[in-house]
Amino acid sequence: MKTVMDIPVRGWRDRVFSAAAFFFVSVFIIFVLTLIITDVFYVDRKAVTTILASKFIRHALWMSIWTSCATTLIALLFAVPMGYSLSRFRFPGHILADAIVDLPIVFPPLVAGLTLLVFFSQTSPGRWIQEDLGIEFVFQPKGIVLCQFVAAASFAIRSAKTAFDDVDRRYENVALTLGCTQWGSFRRVCLPLARNGIIAGGILTWSRAFGLFGPLMIFVGSFRGRTEVLSTTIFLEQSVGNLEVALAIALLLIVVALIAVTGIRLVGGSVMVKR
Amino acid sequence: MIRTEEITFRIGTFQLLRLSINIAKGEYFILLGPPGSGKTVFLECLCGLKKIDSGRVYIDGHQVTNLEPRARSIGYVPQDYALFPHLSVERNIAFGLRVRGNKDKEIEAKITETAELLDVQRLLRRRIHGLSGGEQQRVALARALVLQPKILLLDEPVCALDEVTRQEVCAQLLNIQRRLGLTTIHVSHNLEEAFTVADRAAILNDGILQQVGSLDELLRKPNSKFVARFMRREKNLVYRCNRQGCPEPEQPRKGR
Repeated sequence: MKTVMDIPVRGWRDRVFSAAAFFFVSVFIIFVLTLIITDVFYVDRKAVTTILASKFIRHALWMSIWTSCATTLIALLFAVPMGYSLSRFRFPGHILADAIVDLPIVFPPLVAGLTLLVFFSQTSPGRWIQEDLGIEFVFQPKGIVLCQFVAAASFAIRSAKTAFDDVDRRYENVALTLGCTQWGSFRRVCLPLARNGIIAGGILTWSRAFGLFGPLMIFVGSFRGRTEVLSTTIFLEQSVGNLEVALAIALLLIVVALIAVTGIRLVGGSVMVKR
Repeated sequence: MIRTEEITFRIGTFQLLRLSINIAKGEYFILLGPPGSGKTVFLECLCGLKKIDSGRVYIDGHQVTNLEPRARSIGYVPQDYALFPHLSVERNIAFGLRVRGNKDKEIEAKITETAELLDVQRLLRRRIHGLSGGEQQRVALARALVLQPKILLLDEPVCALDEVTRQEVCAQLLNIQRRLGLTTIHVSHNLEEAFTVADRAAILNDGILQQVGSLDELLRKPNSKFVARFMRREKNLVYRCNRQGCPEPEQPRKGR
């Protein structure tokens, strides 16, 4: 993979250009690291031992991890066929469908939570799902996944569509003449070529789901040991004045997110090299 | 060997109009025309990649109009070759064999044979990125030929190459075609290529077939001003027409 440093520097203009590009990278990284370091200095050892000893916070951590992973998997399950359809097929209303995919991204997060709450508690289809089918979402752990899905799936779908757009249709055409069915050309050619874009969409979705807070407070609440996730724990702790504990949990959240996102990038990177 | 009967295909404002061509077995046929004349669309219709609006396509006497691309026994090399960048050269060549469920030993034997034919043995372990234009062209040809198709369709196979390599590759294409006795349709906008390889040629403009015949016929007896101009014999045609008092040839349609 090419980086800024791979570009051979020749004249002073090139050096200025490289330095300018690198300047923005440095400023952003230093800014983010400074914020994190500020938190590190603010947090005392007692707060760290408190959160590590608390079984409720361990439970919230586990809830955050599994719900965001489940959301990412479900989002990718939708994103791949949806991204492919939106990229390849022209059907009546495809422009509208394309716009609707982006809608949850521009929703204020609280609106997503409110809408879900109104749908499942105030409308007959919502009540039918909850009461007759017995699939309960409101104030339930399943509701966390649903909330995260509504708020984050668009990132996966948009990335998948862009990735499929970038795959030249001629590759699939050749695969068809070489003996593939349409499914075969998708599986053997189109999907592997779009893989990096899909992985990037997965990372965005996971990150958004992992840190989601607003709609969860409205739709599933934050019950200790039940529907509490790290992001809602932070809010609860700071609202009762435990600022050190809240920041310690925030650091935990940052560390887990950093490990996960770096891990996925490394796996994605090795996939790309294998190609 | 391959015959089209009045095939028509419309897309947007462009149309291929009632195109009929008959190409004999083992013939090297070149389809000439300016960019945008519908040559690639015609090849895609033959492959089954585009569904024609009307007309019929026959291969080896069998109608294939409604057959899927994989059932037509056509080897297709598109412009810029479309080699799969996520696979090695070997896996690119083996692609069709694997899809069709050939056994590993068979695949290996066929790859060795085809790689030898096209002189790509030393490239087998390489990745697609980093191959030269000529190497890519040979690998794409190997990928199509390894399946032993009845017909080979080449879409501007040498247009991405430099002048010297182009001549070499054209000679090589003709050599391979003659050795295998393979019916070949080669699409190009370059007249020099036609003189190097073709047994017979057709000239297409704006989706309409202007003339079919040997290059000699096209040169000596162009049936329209467009063909004469394309064959760079416009002056001769006008001169001949004026002397013999024949009517002025039809004006070419506006290019797309």
